[in-house]
Amino acid sequence: MSLSTQDVEKVARLARLAMTPAEIETARAQLSGIFGLIEEMQAVDTKGIAPMSHAQDVAQRLREDKVTETNQREAFQAIAPQVEGGLYLVPQVIE
Amino acid sequence: MTWEIVIGLEVHTQLSTNTKIFSGASTAFGAEPNTQADAVSLALPGVLPVLNKGAVERAIKFGLATGAHIAPRSVFARKNYFYPDLPKGYQISQFDLPVVGQGSLTIQVEPLSGNAKPYEKTVRITRAHLEEDAGKSVHGESQGVTGVDLNRAGTPLLEIVSEPDMCSAAEAVAYAKALHTLVRWIGICDGNMQEGSFRCDVNVSVRKPGQPLGTRREIKNLNSFKFMQQAIDYEVQWQIDTIENGGKVHQATILFNPETGETRAMRSKEDAHDYRYFPDPDLLPLEISEEWKEQIRATLPELPQAKRERYVASYALTPSDALVLTASREMADFFEGTVKLLLSKGAGTLTSKEYPTAEAYAAKMCANWIMGEVNAQLNRDNLDMSQCPITANQLGGILARITDETISNSGAKEVFRTMWAEGGDADAIIEAKGLKQVSDSGAIEAIVDGVMAANAEKVAEYRSGKDKLFGFFVGAAMKASQGKANPAQLNEVLKKKLAG
Repeated sequence: MSLSTQDVEKVARLARLAMTPAEIETARAQLSGIFGLIEEMQAVDTKGIAPMSHAQDVAQRLREDKVTETNQREAFQAIAPQVEGGLYLVPQVIE
Repeated sequence: MTWEIVIGLEVHTQLSTNTKIFSGASTAFGAEPNTQADAVSLALPGVLPVLNKGAVERAIKFGLATGAHIAPRSVFARKNYFYPDLPKGYQISQFDLPVVGQGSLTIQVEPLSGNAKPYEKTVRITRAHLEEDAGKSVHGESQGVTGVDLNRAGTPLLEIVSEPDMCSAAEAVAYAKALHTLVRWIGICDGNMQEGSFRCDVNVSVRKPGQPLGTRREIKNLNSFKFMQQAIDYEVQWQIDTIENGGKVHQATILFNPETGETRAMRSKEDAHDYRYFPDPDLLPLEISEEWKEQIRATLPELPQAKRERYVASYALTPSDALVLTASREMADFFEGTVKLLLSKGAGTLTSKEYPTAEAYAAKMCANWIMGEVNAQLNRDNLDMSQCPITANQLGGILARITDETISNSGAKEVFRTMWAEGGDADAIIEAKGLKQVSDSGAIEAIVDGVMAANAEKVAEYRSGKDKLFGFFVGAAMKASQGKANPAQLNEVLKKKLAG
């Protein structure tokens, strides 16, 4: 299976990536290569094998429900591009 | 031509943990913006999520309370979308392997209008999964910018998805209320709808009987049961009108405007639902052992449905009364406490035709008082049961004095009002206010004689067949006793003496 330019443009838009036509072509070729690998893998018979959701065969460790974090707003906001009244400011988004 | 309404609900319940689902930042409501937004909530580079045991415990509790399958192994997935209140660019949620599988909730439906009778219905719950909440966007404070508060980002949610099993606004509201009661009952969510702890999305479609499901529209973020009912009623009518006028319903996300009572479609982006889920490589599969499950099962209280059934079976209460008395655990505890006290005070001999056992008689009396006087006072003072100024023992103390005929019903109401305002126990209030009713037959006979002597003409009229005057004599004698005469005894003496 080979990806179209439109497929790449759509994925780029979803990821909010601005790409030039040349970059789109490069990405298209690379992603198509990955799809080639997936096709090879899909050819393998996996009947009776449970799907894997993580590369490591261990279970999630759990954390006790206790507050461990303190307020570090000042430190975090010192590196933010724009803040006001404790809020992080971003270009206006209105649905 | 009739239409069938098909409704399913997705409810986001905020779990009552101290900390976020993937970090040790506090989830307390109302903090200054971003003071509870730690490095994980902000999605700073290099941070890793660590799952909160308290959130998982609450999910298990919910699953057990709805008879659901608890997945021995479930998986977290990334749901990708772009919005400033979601700084990672994806929400950690669960997709094809949720922690809670299919369960069900049996609800008591109280029809919203007409003479329809209440009935029971079992709603299937498709699944419930753990996920993190997003932050909050603040629009319009400054020109051209949106403010972002990430305190709420990472708050644990349990999203509870029902099957499209409801076919009226009444059923949808009954289900939402039952779920709201249940999550508070088992202590996994505070249920505060104003603060967004319990948010409902309602999927609505209509079809002709026997036809395949119609196209649904999803009403987002309803935060009151009243709005839910209004929104569904409006939306159903809109869909029917649209189809009957030759139009088509298109799948859409819509919002309800409480001011106009109307629903309207949100401007939806073309790719809004292309979430590209995939397993989150930062999180390992969640494993839940039988042992852990059983430990949690042992902590579950008697559930609302079981209590309702018990109240109907052993107290002969109506299902509607049982529903009101199980609206919250506090309510049920108050009811049971009052009944227990009343029975312990020797009300065990009272029965009636309708309530043939002492338990049933006492329960009905307590139910009437709680659903009547207590609820009315709570509503008037804008309190909920957990803030009730009197205890079950205090109320039981009043009722015990009705059953042993120390006070009349109206005297009891006065004791109740005094107790509500000033506290104190029933006997002390009865004493202080002189409310003890007169049950001494000699005293009552004297009162009746006095009233008859003062109204000789009316006595003659009564005796010549004007039966209706009996009420007049009861009123006059009760007044003469300053309201303290035992009403049953008074009636009896009057009847006897008037007969001549």
